[in-house]
Amino acid sequence: MIRELRKIWKSCFIGLLWFLALLWPMTGINSDGTLTFARPLEIWLIVVVAAVVIMLIYSANKSGMLAPFTRPVQTAAGGLAGQAARLPIWVWLLVALGLAMFYPVIFTSRPAHDVAINVLIYISLGLGLNIVIGLAGMLDLGYIAFYGVGAYTYALLNVYLGFSFWTALPFAALFAAIAGCIIGYPTLRMRGDYLAIVTLAFGEIVRLILNNWMELTNGPNGVLGIDRPTMLVPTFDDGFGFEVISLRKLYMLYYVALALAVFTMLCVYRLNYSRIGRAWEAIREDETAAELMGVNTFLLKLLAYAMGAVFAGLAGAFFAGRMKFVSPESFTFLESAMVLCMVVLGGMASIPGIILGAAALVLMQEWFREFETYRMLVFGGCMVLMMLFRPAGLIPARRMGRRSEDDE
Amino acid sequence: MEVFIQQCINALTLGGLYALIALGYTMVYGVIQLINFAHGEFFAAGGYIGVLLLGVMTAMGLMESAPWMCLGVSLLLTMLYCAFLAMGVERIAYKPLRKQTRLAALISALGMSIFLSNGMMLARGPLDQPYPLEYSSGGFEFGLITINNLQIVIWVLTAVLLVALNLLVFRSRIGMAMRAVAQDKVMSALVAINTNRIIALTFAIGAGLAAAAGIMVGLYYGSVRYDMGFVPGIKAFAAAVLGGIGNITGAMIGGLIIGAVEVFGAAYISGEYKDVFAFIILIAVLYFKPTGIMGENIDDTRV
Amino acid sequence: MAEPILELVEVSASYGKIKALKEISLKVYPGEIVAMIGANGAGKSTTLMAICGIVPVQAGTIVYAGTPITTISAERLPVMGLCQVPEGRRIFPRLSVKENLILGGFYRTDKSAIDADIERVFSYFPVLKERLNQQGGTLSGGEQQILAIGRALMSRPKLLLLDEPSLGLAPMIVQKIFDIISEINTQEGVTILLVEQNANLALQASSRGYVLETGAVTMADTADALLANPKIRAAYLGE
Repeated sequence: MIRELRKIWKSCFIGLLWFLALLWPMTGINSDGTLTFARPLEIWLIVVVAAVVIMLIYSANKSGMLAPFTRPVQTAAGGLAGQAARLPIWVWLLVALGLAMFYPVIFTSRPAHDVAINVLIYISLGLGLNIVIGLAGMLDLGYIAFYGVGAYTYALLNVYLGFSFWTALPFAALFAAIAGCIIGYPTLRMRGDYLAIVTLAFGEIVRLILNNWMELTNGPNGVLGIDRPTMLVPTFDDGFGFEVISLRKLYMLYYVALALAVFTMLCVYRLNYSRIGRAWEAIREDETAAELMGVNTFLLKLLAYAMGAVFAGLAGAFFAGRMKFVSPESFTFLESAMVLCMVVLGGMASIPGIILGAAALVLMQEWFREFETYRMLVFGGCMVLMMLFRPAGLIPARRMGRRSEDDE
Repeated sequence: MEVFIQQCINALTLGGLYALIALGYTMVYGVIQLINFAHGEFFAAGGYIGVLLLGVMTAMGLMESAPWMCLGVSLLLTMLYCAFLAMGVERIAYKPLRKQTRLAALISALGMSIFLSNGMMLARGPLDQPYPLEYSSGGFEFGLITINNLQIVIWVLTAVLLVALNLLVFRSRIGMAMRAVAQDKVMSALVAINTNRIIALTFAIGAGLAAAAGIMVGLYYGSVRYDMGFVPGIKAFAAAVLGGIGNITGAMIGGLIIGAVEVFGAAYISGEYKDVFAFIILIAVLYFKPTGIMGENIDDTRV
Repeated sequence: MAEPILELVEVSASYGKIKALKEISLKVYPGEIVAMIGANGAGKSTTLMAICGIVPVQAGTIVYAGTPITTISAERLPVMGLCQVPEGRRIFPRLSVKENLILGGFYRTDKSAIDADIERVFSYFPVLKERLNQQGGTLSGGEQQILAIGRALMSRPKLLLLDEPSLGLAPMIVQKIFDIISEINTQEGVTILLVEQNANLALQASSRGYVLETGAVTMADTADALLANPKIRAAYLGE
């Protein structure tokens, strides 16, 4: 015990020295070639203090000095979890749905609605990506391309041809699915990391085309003046009739996003436990074995891409309608990485996990908005820490084996 | 014709640089089957440290008397710095995850990439940092074709590094251990190879090569920026996959191909879509030969 | 009897939640051949991997030549003379036969002695000399087993752990391999701990034997006594 602790302290000490050695040239050399020691030392001391504090807490916890504090908390948490487990699942679902329904009433500020809509969009995206990665086990690093295809489909149909949001929605889904098949088809023969780079390349190609096809997409300037989604509302002015109103208020859009997210959730949930879902899982765990058992891996993998793309396309169309503006900026690799993170941080193939992952990442970005410049630094650091301490995600899925590819 | 030859010269330069970066990807992939997304950041860090060291030497007044020596010294120090950086990153973000799924390590690598590039932005600011220009002046002219000194330096440096790497990997004891670790880590441990040390060394070598490329790119294009690692990183990774990932010779060939495709595509088809061409070639090659050019099967001559 | 060269005292290990080894105790004395027999999944290979520091030991101690090695990392053991030929041989498939042999003595730096040892391995296994520059993966199963044993000899072991040397080999070659094992034991004075599913062969070659069942030692006796034991004959010798 003591020896272990000493070892950890020692590696911490070496790590800090190492960090100083790396930090100094980056921050201690001014652009004109003069040297400074104040700034790197300042940063280093902050890190040292933080590290020492964390290490002290860790050591105290390990040697049992914090037991008087942690034990009551643990028992309390365990009791609560026990209580919670006794309630049937539909009670929880009702509570969650009720909260979601009344969210705009409880929180009335614009930013709160903005954040909520973002969370819902990312939930749709995360669940869509989950079909490809979580269920079928294919690493897709260009997923955001489908989101872009959906968004541009609605944007262009609306601006050039005057399609309304709802008529354009099936087209957005269709084009995204076609894009999914186009991307999926050549990658079907590849496995693992080759797949990763090819999907990444496809994602970049889509973005570059959007960026450079000036005649159609207006290039980096983006497409402006997209109509908001509309809705038929019954009126009783001239007898009974319907009136088309544009959803200007943010809370109205919130309900559209909620409907989209709930729809996605239901679909993914049903897929998860369907014949197709089981076949996908079989492909994920061992593709060769699945094929030998008579699973049509070719068709099902293509279907996984198409299905995942459909949800991204729907989310994309909504995104375009909500922002009234699309530009290639929104569909960079970083966005793909972000969605991937939500899936993995939340817990692959676990629907509540992905919902939590999406909410956590969007909220984290919001909270750190004040420290704008440090935001991405913290984000990156958190990704690493998360993987170090909880690699299976916040809420790991129950049915998740090791991939055959992972074994050596 | 002159234009074509000039483009060949440019393609060779760019391809060599891609090859240097691609080697780091391919070597790391060879030993631990991880796409090291942070590799592009090692490259960018190399660009930064290089310009900073050159700045220090200018301030010390060494630049006027011995500019090439200054470049050589900063090159060595920068490679060393990035090697240390890579070893630190490996120790913190990858080594604890070696028993986890590959996706966990991949996410960790992505996180590290974001962390490092933003760390560099915080340290050096979001603007371009200019490189001294004196190295690219001067050179040879044959009619309309020009080869500047810098291009020659890049060729020579690339060639020297590639040869040195080949000697290291295929002729030395350490190289043999690296290849052994790439093929079977458990067995390597059973024949008294310290696998952790070999993996750290692989990271260090890959990052050193990327650092050299970073300085050269900085000199070639005149400036460096905190996010400059991303696009060349993807393209270099594409080069590594194109050549058959895990295969050193493949990475060199892949780098040259990607460089050539980009330069000729930009010159003869469309400059705006130059990045697209590289990716399309990648997809086309992988479609017809899913294991890359040199990879006969997935676990062929790794590292 | 002399001090044991290897002693396991109540060693336990597990893969995740599955207990693979339950308080295994065994002793190996210098100069002998000890067999460890048992069915598939009994924990034989895990025991060897635990001794070599690949599978972490959860409880118990392992002592080799008077030194506790329970927490020593795997790569330091060959230096101490403890060497394993693992299950499935694990030849480095893309390295040449020569490189495989050199790697066997990787920790050694005395070049001339290494060359001499390679020659010595060739004197045992002339077939390897013909295949010197061939890639390890292209050898036949029997040749690979020979190469694996030769590679292990390159580290000048005092104690050699052999895991299923007969696996997947034709009966004639198996006999040859076992002859070589006895020869190494008598001529080089290497102590051998032999893991086998082929109980008959293994017990005939060795002086003592342990029987493993579901991760625990269920029987330990001299090889002759085990061979005569009706339960063993019924369970492992197919009678």
